[in-house]
Order: sequence, then C-alpha cells, then structure tokens
Amino acid sequence: MKRSFRRRSASSIVNVTLMCVCLLCMIPLLAIVTISFSNEKMLVDNGYRLLPQKFDFTAYKYIFSNESIMVQAYKVTILVTVCGTIIGLLATSLFAYALSRSLFIFRKLFSFLVVFTLLFNGGLVPSYILMVNYLHLKDSLPALILPYLISAMNVLILRTFFRQIPEAIGESAKIDGASEWTIFWRIVFPLSKPALATIGLLILLVYWNDWWLSLLYIDSPKLLPLQLMLHRMMANIEFLRSNIGNLSGLNTSQIPSESARMAMCVLAAAPMLIILPFFQKYFVRGLTLGSVKG
Amino acid sequence: MMRTKKITGIDNIYLSFMSAPGMLLILVFSYFPMYGLIVAFKKYSFDKGILGSPWAGFSNFEFFFSSESFWPVIRNTLLLNLGSIVATTIASVAMALLLYEVTRSLLIKIYQTTLFFPFFLSWVVVSFASYAFLSENLGIFNSLLERFGFDAVGWYSERKYWPIILILASVWKNVGYGTLIYYACLISIDKEYFEAAQIDGASRIRTVWFISLPFLFPVLTILTLLSIGRIFYSDFGLFYFLPMQSGMLMSATDVIDTYAYRTLRILGDFGMSSAVNFIQSVLGLVVIFMANYAARKIDKDSALF
Repeated sequence: MKRSFRRRSASSIVNVTLMCVCLLCMIPLLAIVTISFSNEKMLVDNGYRLLPQKFDFTAYKYIFSNESIMVQAYKVTILVTVCGTIIGLLATSLFAYALSRSLFIFRKLFSFLVVFTLLFNGGLVPSYILMVNYLHLKDSLPALILPYLISAMNVLILRTFFRQIPEAIGESAKIDGASEWTIFWRIVFPLSKPALATIGLLILLVYWNDWWLSLLYIDSPKLLPLQLMLHRMMANIEFLRSNIGNLSGLNTSQIPSESARMAMCVLAAAPMLIILPFFQKYFVRGLTLGSVKG
Repeated sequence: MMRTKKITGIDNIYLSFMSAPGMLLILVFSYFPMYGLIVAFKKYSFDKGILGSPWAGFSNFEFFFSSESFWPVIRNTLLLNLGSIVATTIASVAMALLLYEVTRSLLIKIYQTTLFFPFFLSWVVVSFASYAFLSENLGIFNSLLERFGFDAVGWYSERKYWPIILILASVWKNVGYGTLIYYACLISIDKEYFEAAQIDGASRIRTVWFISLPFLFPVLTILTLLSIGRIFYSDFGLFYFLPMQSGMLMSATDVIDTYAYRTLRILGDFGMSSAVNFIQSVLGLVVIFMANYAARKIDKDSALF
C-alpha cells in the first residue's frame, strides 16, 4: 500500500518535471505566434506578451494580400527544396547502393573518400572560391542546391541499410539476367521505402531551413529564400516597410511591422513543424542511426 | 567461372555509373576545397585563381596572430562550445532518464515530440524568438523585470549575459535530439536487470545510479568525445543570428566561424580569413584524431574509424 503510493507520487513528480520542461521548449514558439496575432498598437504600447491581449489578423492579411517579397521567397524555397530533395535522394541512394555491393571494385576506395570528408574539410574560404571563381555560380539557384545534394552521413546511413537486405534476393534476379541497375530499381528500392523516406526527410529539412548558402552566395532579392529573407527583415525593419509598402502603394507608417515580421516567421517555420508529428518515426530512425554509427 | 567473371565486369560498369554523380559531387564540393586550403599561403587574387596567385609565406597567419581578435575568438570558440557540450549532455541524459520512468506510451510520444520541436527550427527563427524576449523596449524579459520593480536590462549591449544566453539557446535547441539518442539507448537495456533490482528492494534512485547510468556510460563517452572532436567548429547560426550583429557584444560572441565569415564577406580580406580557416581545418583534424583515439581506448566498436 505504502509502496504503491510512493510509486505514484514519484511518477507524478516525473510527469510534472517533464511537463515543465516541455512548456519551456514551447514558450519561445508561443511568443512568436502570439505576437504575430496581436494588435500592432497594443504591441507598441505595452510590449510583447506571451498571451495576446486582443486577437488581430492584420499582419497575415498584409502578407497575403500583396504580391509581396514573402511570396517570392516562398517560391524560391519550395523550388530549391523540391529539386534538392529529389536529386539529392536519387544521387545518395544510387551511390549508397553501389557502396553496399561487396563485388564493386571501387567500393573500398569510394567508401574511404566518403568517410574522410567527415574528418577533414576545406571549410569556408576554399568553398567560397570554388563556387564564385571556378563554378561561377554566385547569385544563382544552383548555388542553393548543389552543395547539399550529397552528405557523407546520409550515404553511410543508407549504405548500412542496404547491406541488411540479403544479397541472395539480388542473386536470383541476376540469374534471370537482371543488371545491377534493374535490381536496384525493381528490388532494393521498393524494399527500402522507410529508409529512403527517412533520408529524404532529413534532406528536405536541411534545404527548407537553410540560410547559409544564401548568406554566402545570394545578393539579388529575387533569389532570397525564406530563411535569409527573414533575417533581412530582422536586421532592418526598413527593408520590411519598403518591400511591403512599395508594392501595395500603402502609407508605410500603417504597416504592422512588429506583428508582420513575426507572422512571416510563423509562416516560414510552420511547414516543418506541421510535418514533424506525422513523420517523427522516420526522423527518429534516421537521427539515431546517424549519431551512433555510420 | 567464366560466366561469373563476365557478369561482374558488366556489374562493375553499372555500379560505377550509379556511383558517378555522388562521387563527382563529393570530389568537387569536398575535395576541391581541401586542395584550396593552400590559399592560406598565397596572396589570393580573383583573376589569377588558386594556382596563379603568388605565394605569401606565413604572412596571412602573422596578420591573424597579431590581430587583437585572435585570443578572444579562440577563447570564445573553445569555452562556448565546451559549455554547450557539457550542458546539453547533462540535460539530455536527465530528460532521457525521466522519460524512461514514464509508462504511458501516449505521454512518451507527446513529451518526445515537444522536446524535439526546437530542433526543427532554423537559427533565424530562433533569433526572432530570442528577440521577443530580449528586445530592449518591447521584450518580455524587460517588461517582467519592470513589473517587479527592477531596472530594464540592455540585453543587446551587455556582454556579461551572453555566454549564458548562447549556451541556454544551444541546450534548448539540441536537448530533444540528445534525449532521443539516450532514450533509445535506455530502452535497449534488458528489463530483467530492473526486475531483479526491484525484487532485491532497490529504490528507483539506486536503479538509475547502478543500472541505467552504467549502461549509458559508453554511448555518453563516445558522443561527448565526438562532439569534442568538433570543438573548433561552431554552430554558425547561433553565434551569428542571436546577437543581432550587435557590435558591443562582438568580443563575447565572436567565434572562429563568424570571424572567418565576417573577414571574408564583409571586409573582403581573403588572406586573413583563409588563415583562420586553415587553422580551423587542421586543428579540427588533429582534435578529431585525438578524440577518436580516446574513444577507441574506451570501446573499440564505438570509435568513428
């Protein structure tokens, strides 16, 4: 009797602690959402609050009503994310499959070259010179896509997964005259859908949340992706005023700049946060695999 | 015999063809920059390229070593990264142990997803959230302080708070990921150990201390060593976006990565930034070899290579 009471109180302490920590995790997010739905005048008078004093959708109306820079940034990000994820997943899985085949003559050499990039890299300056001076990709969309197509970690995770598929499955197909190319597409690819989904989501997340490549290589406002555009908004509120104001012909002082910039932030972060609960299983699998052993 | 050999030949052509795009991308985007590291010893000019630029000996390094940013930047990089590694590890292990005590699977899923949310936000988005709290005239912290009768704090101009702010932000963003890994480790422990301990009348605290922690220890050591192996590399976004480029905070928040970025993109000084970059790459390699050596000593299977 006494024992079970102690157990129960221990478990409620655990739950209360975890709930508090979870609350701490959500509060910053809550702050952004609240501000984005707040009345601009209230914000300026009373400062930011965690709970809205008065609901107001003006900020969102402004963002959606104008052919604003936000829409353009969304287009850039979606284009880059879609292209990057599809091409990246394709290149990664083909490469990982080749590296998983024990008969492949370059297996050892290529695997070494992949693993070595985890230990040593040239870093910022040579990569910048490569992109700007040798590939001449400054201020272009490929600059936002190419560098992230292949990640050594993803190749290694997928290789480990492909290795677990018994080679005997491929052998029988081979006797029937199937090539490695056919075996990959007909047998290995359909069998590996969960692993491919995991890697695909990891690549997707990297592209959606990226600001690094655009910070380095993009100058033209038309090619700004969401994340960097947000940063520009924060760094310079005038940038926000002029970009919304000019296009809609509004008096710039009427623009709800405080709430509008938080609203943009919500819109930029939302897609990833919405898919997280549905695909958590896949993310969890990929991230635990990647962390412990390649 | 003849038959297998012939098939292997064709297969190898197919496999080479399949690995070509990936290998090409790695050669261009990882190996070319390694070769490009030699610009640290050159006086780089855009027209002449890497090979054509004249050699400069160690002058780029001399500039960096004699600049007043040298020590603060190295110190910030090492201390802030070390602080984040220690704090994130402790927080993640604690959360994983707590999560392991929860029995209802729905609750486990809710807690895990919530802890994981910040991991999916970019640092730009996080910098908006931190601004909502720290803004000097509108921020939530300052209005709380004022309500309780304290003076408002100029968060973006007072250096002393920033080491703590940066470390807390790093813990906040990464704790979900760490928890995930340690929790995965805990659920792989054989339940019989806990049952046996319970029969012997061990308290919960004692089972955590004598069963869970010893089981976590190898993974914990390896992961810590591997993150120490990357101690010269910082999470650029954290140090670049959160302080809002406030000049007054620079000496407390500038790390190798942000310094190299600024000298390259803002000042356009190739020499200086390539020297910093070179030091980072080479020290990074040395440290990761040391960390791997230590990991191998502890558990041969867990070493990276």
